[in-house]
Amino acid sequence: MLDHILSIIIFFPAVAGILGFLVQKDSVRAYGIAVAGIEFALSLWLWFSFDSSVSGMQFMEQLPLVPAFGINYILGVDGISVFIIILASFFTMIGISSLGETKDIKNMIVTLLFLQMTMAGVFAALDAILFYVFWELSLVPMLYIIGAWGGPLRVYASVKFFLYTFTGSLVMLVGMLFMAYFYYQATGVWSFAILEWYRLILPESFQLWLFAAFFLGFAIKVPMFPFHTWLPYAHGQAPTIGSVILAAILLKMGTYAFIRFSLPLFPDASVFYMFPIAVLAIIMIIYTAMVAYAQKDVKQVVAYSSVSHMGVIILGTFALNVEGISGSIFLMIAHGVVSGALFLLVGVIYDRRHTKLMSEFGGLAHVMPRYATIFGLMMMASVGLPLTINFVGEFLSLLGFYQQSHILTLLAGMAIIVGAIYMLAAYKKMFFGEVTNEANRNLPDVNKRELFALIPLAIITVWLGIYPKPLLEPINNSVKSVVQLMHDKAITDEAKSRIPSLVKGIEITKTSTPEAH
Amino acid sequence: MLAPVNVSLDSLNLVTLAPMLIPILGALLILIVEVSKANLHKTLYVMLSLLFLALDLGAVLESAGVFAANGTLLGVFDVMLIDGLAILAQIIIVGASLLFIPLALTHSRFHEFSYPEFFALFLFMISGFQFMVASDNLILIFVGLETASLALYTIIAMHNRDKSFEAAVKYFTMGALSAGFFSFGAMVFYALTGSVEINQISAVLSANHYADMGYVLVGTVFMLGAIGFKVSLIPFHTWAPDVYEGSSAAMAGYMSIVPKIAAFIVAIRFFEFLIHSGVVWLEIALYASVVITMTAANMWALVQNDVKRMLAYSSISHAGFVMAAVLIGTTQSNSALFLYWMLFAFTNLGSFSMLWISRQKHLPEHQPSDHTYDKFAGMIKTSPMAAVVMGLFMLSLAGIPPFALFWGKIYLISSAVTAGYTILALIMALNSAIAAYYYLKLIVYMFMKEPVMGNDGQVYISNSTISLQVIIGIASIGTIFAIIALNPILEFITSFVYNSGY
Repeated sequence: MLDHILSIIIFFPAVAGILGFLVQKDSVRAYGIAVAGIEFALSLWLWFSFDSSVSGMQFMEQLPLVPAFGINYILGVDGISVFIIILASFFTMIGISSLGETKDIKNMIVTLLFLQMTMAGVFAALDAILFYVFWELSLVPMLYIIGAWGGPLRVYASVKFFLYTFTGSLVMLVGMLFMAYFYYQATGVWSFAILEWYRLILPESFQLWLFAAFFLGFAIKVPMFPFHTWLPYAHGQAPTIGSVILAAILLKMGTYAFIRFSLPLFPDASVFYMFPIAVLAIIMIIYTAMVAYAQKDVKQVVAYSSVSHMGVIILGTFALNVEGISGSIFLMIAHGVVSGALFLLVGVIYDRRHTKLMSEFGGLAHVMPRYATIFGLMMMASVGLPLTINFVGEFLSLLGFYQQSHILTLLAGMAIIVGAIYMLAAYKKMFFGEVTNEANRNLPDVNKRELFALIPLAIITVWLGIYPKPLLEPINNSVKSVVQLMHDKAITDEAKSRIPSLVKGIEITKTSTPEAH
Repeated sequence: MLAPVNVSLDSLNLVTLAPMLIPILGALLILIVEVSKANLHKTLYVMLSLLFLALDLGAVLESAGVFAANGTLLGVFDVMLIDGLAILAQIIIVGASLLFIPLALTHSRFHEFSYPEFFALFLFMISGFQFMVASDNLILIFVGLETASLALYTIIAMHNRDKSFEAAVKYFTMGALSAGFFSFGAMVFYALTGSVEINQISAVLSANHYADMGYVLVGTVFMLGAIGFKVSLIPFHTWAPDVYEGSSAAMAGYMSIVPKIAAFIVAIRFFEFLIHSGVVWLEIALYASVVITMTAANMWALVQNDVKRMLAYSSISHAGFVMAAVLIGTTQSNSALFLYWMLFAFTNLGSFSMLWISRQKHLPEHQPSDHTYDKFAGMIKTSPMAAVVMGLFMLSLAGIPPFALFWGKIYLISSAVTAGYTILALIMALNSAIAAYYYLKLIVYMFMKEPVMGNDGQVYISNSTISLQVIIGIASIGTIFAIIALNPILEFITSFVYNSGY
């Protein structure tokens, strides 16, 4: 069974989702929690059987789909993807169990289970077309979640979300077809297998174009400045569960894809575009932080802060060294936990008051002390307080980029301080002072169902903040092999020097060759 | 005194005619049955047509076996040309017809199906299309084209509504014009080369190195007009939306598939040697036409208020998309054309059948046309199963993986990439994004809006019978599980196209 565990993790929720249609309406919640629980248990099992010391792919599965055109069903995980898969199943479980009163709850739960299938699929796929299938398919459940359960502008927001990402990924698809064609030219066989693409060394000019095509697809998904405009709408209109999954998992698809595709396939182009992308990332960090400060709606604050932190992830990724990339992967998980938790927290207060405007609140700490405590913890984690989960990732990402450019790193570091300002300001407005609004006077504190979702997140936040090693070690191992691959593949001298080699032997032979002359 | 012409029957290879003769025999039989006993029920004629179509498909598959073993087959004074293209196209034509004809068994009674002539005409039409694809003789192509078209005009008018008459007359006048174009173009080429066979024309033209370029261009323009009319390339598309609107939904779905594949075959046979021989002007004209057809049809589809008209424009856009394969003209692109059209047949016939199944006999006050978007509002609440199936077809048309049309799309775009048409590949990809909007619009109505007052969901299945459900079931299975059958189909198509020399 362990040979096919990835397939089981991917398709179990889909099959369960189809059967879920037959479950009676009042019992469907329990069914959803049970299925998501099994799914989470399966993904934990994946973690326990995962060998942290191996840097390559594990649990590989291969099945020909369209061999005539090189499309195969290839799955596998390494240290980069395994934790995001676990995070996805974790959030599906938490999301379903935290669902409050929802209309058409059966459709919602079935949709969430399908979404879980696509999320697991994206991170486990090792064939570009298979990846693309899950990548696109993940749009459909999200479209439905935003469009059917969202706020007043839900249709606009959902269609915008769909079209934006769909357009970007079609350009990416053309890039993938080019990549397969180049592989065909080099070897005489069609192949979309990512691991086989890794072996292909492309001339720099091709790399630049292909990088741009892939970049468009990924950057819209992340979303990077200036393609971020769909996200505030999507978050603003989405129901709590939609925002949670969107922020915690779906956005990670873009940053993950950068590490899986762009960096190892186009090392020279990555170096070429490193500074432009870093500048975009820093604009994204600072600009969205400032926009977040100006928001009146607490959900928008969280949404913009989430975009802002995605900028740090991009910055870490394009540090192109082990510290930066490991940090950015760790930060993906950290950001998933923290922003997911913050959206859940916003949902808690929205369920009670049906408003998200901060001016409506004030002094909530007196009324809802437990709520205020958890919110405070998550907020501190979000601004990157040491000993919380975000700090580890942000620190490593910046450390990595510091080796490429001191000034840009300094700017990015400054931006994190801005992050602290708006978060603390928002917290102050909502929780401190006197209770000014009578409607808030008798609000009930977080209940058991909400605690069930929030407590595990709080524990993870602190635990991984203090002791990140269980995650960081396997991540590090896999990242090392990626960086080494990039170094070996790089053609230009600039790229060779920017991407460090991890094998000492190669350096020695390199330096010894000139000496021999 | 003339010497008696001595031709051995063997050299005629009459077996090449078998697939076309079967539907003709079927049509005659239906007419005879009607004459001998009137007022028989339509189920009889539907089943007879099904049987003959099944025989026809068998004959086509038989010739596919012969082709796989012995290569291209010529017959009847070399007028008939049974090559891979002809066989693949006939499989699509007959297969789609097999899926279409059970749609006549509706719950409500519609005018056209009460005439046995409908079924006779339908079978005549199919044999016309089969002749059209199985020849490279311009005269036989013309005869096939006209047989099929005249039958089709009548079938449309038989729907017996004001709009149907309008559609039939419009189609007829425009069709007559395109027939004129076709014969004029053929005449020019005959004058130039002394032959009406495309391979002869090609041989003579390349032997004299396209000396009379001016005349070649004149002939090509007329042929482009004639074929462009059939596949509804812009600017020859103006008939399409009105004709689709006037026909029944099932017929509209049929028209978006079968006549077009026949025209594509003629286009492949006729244009590819011209493009490859360096008639640069034709390449530019086709390029422009393809891009404009894709893009403009998409724009028009965006602003439609009626689902059927939207699907009509979307069919035009898909036709433009596939015409790109003719422009690219490699083995891969021609294979992609067939793959795309097979998958498109399932998806588009499925979505038009979903409209057909919801067709009301009498429109309520507030509903200006048969299939307004409003009619589908909140469908997920009132009849969830139908909404999911309809949503599935829309997603497939939009090219969302893993549904059928996505695979056709990537293979076609990939063939553009391989042949060096990078810009075209990007335009095709971006057009899919534009198209996604109007397919999503229907999904938004079905899944995210509240139902119109007084709509209890009965309307969506008002026409439902077992046979319609079976057809929709087949179409949706084909749409969802296309990926499983993709590899054998692709290998089959590629070997047939390759062995025909395209």
